[in-house]
Amino acid sequence: MIRHWCEVMGDTNPAYTGPDAIAPPTMLQVWTMGGLSGHAGRTEAFDELLGLLDEAGCTSVVATDCEQEYLRPLRPGDEVTFDAVIESVSDRKRTKLGTGYFVTTRMDVPVAGEPVGIHRFRILKYAPAPGGTGARRPRPVINRDNAGFWEGVARHRLLIQRCSGCGTPRFPWLPGCGACGSPDWDTVEAGGEGTVYSYVVVHHPPFPAFDPPYAVGLIALAEGVRIVADVVGVPCDKVRIGMPVRLEFHRYDEELQLPVFRPLDGDGRSGEPIGHGEEPG
Amino acid sequence: MRGGGPQAGAVRVGTRLPPLEIEITRTLIVAGAIASRDYQDVHHDPESARRKGSPDIFMNILTTNGLVGRYVTDHFGPNAVLRKVAVRLGAPNRPGDTMVLTGTVEEADGETVTVGVVGSNGIGRHVTGTVTLTLPGWGAG
Repeated sequence: MIRHWCEVMGDTNPAYTGPDAIAPPTMLQVWTMGGLSGHAGRTEAFDELLGLLDEAGCTSVVATDCEQEYLRPLRPGDEVTFDAVIESVSDRKRTKLGTGYFVTTRMDVPVAGEPVGIHRFRILKYAPAPGGTGARRPRPVINRDNAGFWEGVARHRLLIQRCSGCGTPRFPWLPGCGACGSPDWDTVEAGGEGTVYSYVVVHHPPFPAFDPPYAVGLIALAEGVRIVADVVGVPCDKVRIGMPVRLEFHRYDEELQLPVFRPLDGDGRSGEPIGHGEEPG
Repeated sequence: MRGGGPQAGAVRVGTRLPPLEIEITRTLIVAGAIASRDYQDVHHDPESARRKGSPDIFMNILTTNGLVGRYVTDHFGPNAVLRKVAVRLGAPNRPGDTMVLTGTVEEADGETVTVGVVGSNGIGRHVTGTVTLTLPGWGAG
């Protein structure tokens, strides 16, 4: 195995050949690998954890970090054992690959009871980002009755209809006034202030191009109408009825922009930072 | 046997290691996976890799770790003893790419030297790492 490894790495270090050969220290993890048949007789904790993350939709895995300490060289004939501990599982993080959890394990590697190495390993167990599959959000259905609304969105203006007869504001856009029946209307631009009137958190089903869980709010605008829109910039379980929010426009792809709402207060931080593990490694 | 590495006193903070170019061939990726007993399909089966959202197979972290170790010991010679290797992966190494490893001595304290290593490929930084090694008998004064 040492010869194969050195051949692949192009490593001609003479320390790894001859009667006094040591194993390349960076092979530490190799000695712990289960190979094709896997390890028998290990506790189920790690498999159980991976299974739970699979169930949470995080079916893909990528290694992100490896930290090894070498306490003494390993030599042919050494019989390696190892103890693995799950050190930590992160909160759900948003990364370029998709959202998921960083799982850190630590392996202590002894030979006949003497510690020879420490191997700390981090993986990202994640749900692949929908963008990578080419899935796009559904397109809005634009017709004569609502075209003015979408033209406003394109110019980052949230336009509300107002009845020319009785002055009642209405949203979403409709051909006539629900209060007085007048077909005449003009528009007012929403100032952008609103509060969460109600909301849902979508967990299921996982449509392509959507990344559950996410919060969809029914936002009461200061102008007196309500609009359904995503609540962004806050964990979905922190959205509350009455939460003050402010309008912004989010671009989902080259042609789709939508109004979304972001909380105004201290909870309104701009979401999780993009983590490492930008792409599979 | 001595030699093959820099002489005592030549290891100074800021010293740059000569860059090493590694052609990322499909063969290297598969051979590295097998040599490290890593049979995850994304390291040898393009179809499976695509199903999991990657356009092709990609190098496993154990191979990267080995290449980083080799890069540093190539420079410091067979007497250098690796003490710690810590790597973080970013942009994947896929077939047809070239990774260029560069390194800079970040600390040199007696026998102990710390080298920062970066491996860049066509799409970004594949690896950033820190390697700590000792050079026995050197730098004691």
